[in-house]
Amino acid sequence: MNKKAFIYVDGIKAPINGERNLLEVIRKANIDIPTFCYHSELSVYGACRMCMVDVEGQGLMASCSVAPQPDMKVKTNTAEIRELRKIAVELLLANHEKSCPTCKRSATCKLQDLGRKLGIDKVRFKPINKQQPLEDASQVLVRDPNKCILCGDCVRMCAEVQGIGAIDFAYRGHDVAVLPAFGKSLDKVECVFCGQCARVCPTGALTAKSHVQEVWKALDDKNKKVVVQIAPAVRVAIGEMFGKEPGTVSTGQIVSALKILGFDRVYDTCFAADLTVIEEGSEFIRRVTQDGALPQFTSCCPGWVKFVEQYYPEYLDNLSTCRSPQQMFGSLAKKILPDDLNVAPKDLVVVSIMPCTAKKFEAARPEFLRDEIPDVDYVLTTQELGQMIESSGINFVNLQPESLDLPLGFKTGAGVIFGNTGGVSEAVLRFLNEKLTGNTQDNFEFTEVRGTEGIREAQVTFDGKTYSLAVVHGLGNARKLIENIKNGSCRYDLIEVMSCPGGCIGGAGQPISFDSDTREKRTKALYEADKMLQLHKSQENPYIKKCYDTHLGEVGGAVAHHLLHTHYKSRKRIHDADLSLMASKEAQQLEIRVCVGTSCYLRGSQDLLHALLCDIHHSDLKDKVDVKATFCFEKCSQGPVVRIGDKLVTSATLEKVKEEIESQLRKRQ
Amino acid sequence: MPLRKFEKVCEIINTYNKDKSKLIPILQDVQREYRYLPEEIMAYIATSLDIPPAKVFGVASFYAHFALEPRGKHIIRLCCGTACHVKGSLGLLEALRKRLNLTAEKHTTDDMLFTIETVSCLGACGLAPVMVINEDVYGQVTPVMAVNLVEKIMIEENGNETGA
Repeated sequence: MNKKAFIYVDGIKAPINGERNLLEVIRKANIDIPTFCYHSELSVYGACRMCMVDVEGQGLMASCSVAPQPDMKVKTNTAEIRELRKIAVELLLANHEKSCPTCKRSATCKLQDLGRKLGIDKVRFKPINKQQPLEDASQVLVRDPNKCILCGDCVRMCAEVQGIGAIDFAYRGHDVAVLPAFGKSLDKVECVFCGQCARVCPTGALTAKSHVQEVWKALDDKNKKVVVQIAPAVRVAIGEMFGKEPGTVSTGQIVSALKILGFDRVYDTCFAADLTVIEEGSEFIRRVTQDGALPQFTSCCPGWVKFVEQYYPEYLDNLSTCRSPQQMFGSLAKKILPDDLNVAPKDLVVVSIMPCTAKKFEAARPEFLRDEIPDVDYVLTTQELGQMIESSGINFVNLQPESLDLPLGFKTGAGVIFGNTGGVSEAVLRFLNEKLTGNTQDNFEFTEVRGTEGIREAQVTFDGKTYSLAVVHGLGNARKLIENIKNGSCRYDLIEVMSCPGGCIGGAGQPISFDSDTREKRTKALYEADKMLQLHKSQENPYIKKCYDTHLGEVGGAVAHHLLHTHYKSRKRIHDADLSLMASKEAQQLEIRVCVGTSCYLRGSQDLLHALLCDIHHSDLKDKVDVKATFCFEKCSQGPVVRIGDKLVTSATLEKVKEEIESQLRKRQ
Repeated sequence: MPLRKFEKVCEIINTYNKDKSKLIPILQDVQREYRYLPEEIMAYIATSLDIPPAKVFGVASFYAHFALEPRGKHIIRLCCGTACHVKGSLGLLEALRKRLNLTAEKHTTDDMLFTIETVSCLGACGLAPVMVINEDVYGQVTPVMAVNLVEKIMIEENGNETGA
């Protein structure tokens, strides 16, 4: 090791310890260089020009894009730099829609914050951008292009960390905009609604759609009984909105606040997480002993589930059939609470408080509606609950804690750690250990699955048999892992995937924080909350046992299956992109749609399409059919898929397709 | 005919070996077939190259060379660079738009004969203001000249139609 290297920041010696750029060294030296487009977890972009510093002998440099060299002399606060930053922010402000008082990010906006810090009291420039319409077609995210400052954080988050790329820069010059493909709305493209784009957005250009008004309305309705479930990760983060340190556990205050707000019962999603452990653990044992599809993937994360449905339909059988804790809670609540609370089923409203934006999408999935009524009526994010508490004037920090309602509010520590990456695996291991070895005395912790690495591997041995586990967070990592499984370079039995970095505690519904250690503190708090509880294994939860006895019957049995499990389907990535290839002018033509989506494409749909078109072209069918290439009939595992009239032909061959065309045309005559 | 064009797209993608880094040449070749880049074709290219459609759209919308809407048979490019601007290119643009019933939002005539595009510099500042119709360059153009040139094409096109 050479002698330690230093740079000089405004005359003060600052050590270089492997930081990847000057910016990080300077920040560690307690100078908070402002940035819009710099995130330690994303690639360096160098667009916002806020991090300019004066390097002696080199002049002004963007500190995010410069490697620290020993003995560099850096000035961070000169008249020139101040003026540059001020102009940059002023120019951004000129085009930014300055509806600050009504913006969701009003208190957490980086642009507003920097404007204030730099002392900008007037914007000297006129806007040149035209007002763009708000995009809020999805139930989850709202895009307001008028607030976008083009830092590209969302674009890089989606592509680099999540491996999706649902949004990207489009157009050029002052027309540049961040858009989903072809300017469609987010619900028409491959967005999985993880909301990480909104989490990193410095302004209010990407936000979660609020459902607070709907919940107020339900609370005000005297005929309704409103119950609420709180997800594990919410309790270690909501305090941040009220000045508490990240990782302050405020379960009791949340309960009191919710009661004051008018909720009739306050329950815990951790109860449903315990239920998930039992069902998912038992499912795993079934798969292992009965040659089911392995690896088993966890299915708690709705972003991940949509991801598999879109990109890896061949692994749908590997996804645990268990509903997520939110949906298990919803379905159980709608089943048992009307009797318990003496309320008509239609008057029971189930609200959930989630750290997550994709949970809004999950709750609206048709699989989770019964008679058109969703099992979970409304999903609020941690931020939205915080806002309700703020608007009601409740002094959150000084509330006397209250306890959760029984039975659905009782949990073990296994359910609590569900909010951390590795938590679901650990909770399931605590169950499997006892189930497979009969040993109830062991230390309950499985720290080998904990950590912050994007892909972690662990081996556990129960009763002489070794199982391989993988724990993944960030969908880009999940993609890497699946590709490795596909090419045979690794093999696992059980894989936990959470879309958001850090797991649910890092979800996009959590209070906005740009501090790098926030996630770590929340994670730690959940593990500590587990320790503080008396029970740590889901199977020890007495109310779960009771629930099976009175309502669910056997684990994995018929009733449990109906209420607690679900199914998946392959899913289109892009909507409305049919490609017209051959259309006759006849009014009554037979519609033929050949899928050219990825799965079918790889199974040879392009060749089939070619052969089919040649065949039709050289026959008398030409005037009778309308052929289009289309994307995805959501039957990817049986591709190539061709729709003829209203019939789907799966594993299509030219012969099969021709036969079906002829038979349908014959019927018409 | 759409079928032949689609076959051609597949051929183009194969020529470039489905190589992601060849996106721009692929788009160029595809545009040669369609005269513009239809959304569905871009989605298809994205699938074939295994890249997000938003990326393909981003690239296609970045370059002025790529058209995202159907373009007319004759492309009129008007230079709006500094020299041409000073020499009155705006007047040309207005005259042509008026004659062809086009606006700042509508670039292509309903009969799909003409598309007006503005470009930043054609590199012929000495001839300002410059106008290019298809491959032919015209210098020191006046509004009257511009309209006459367009009308000449209209007459030819009419002749084509009645002759056919």
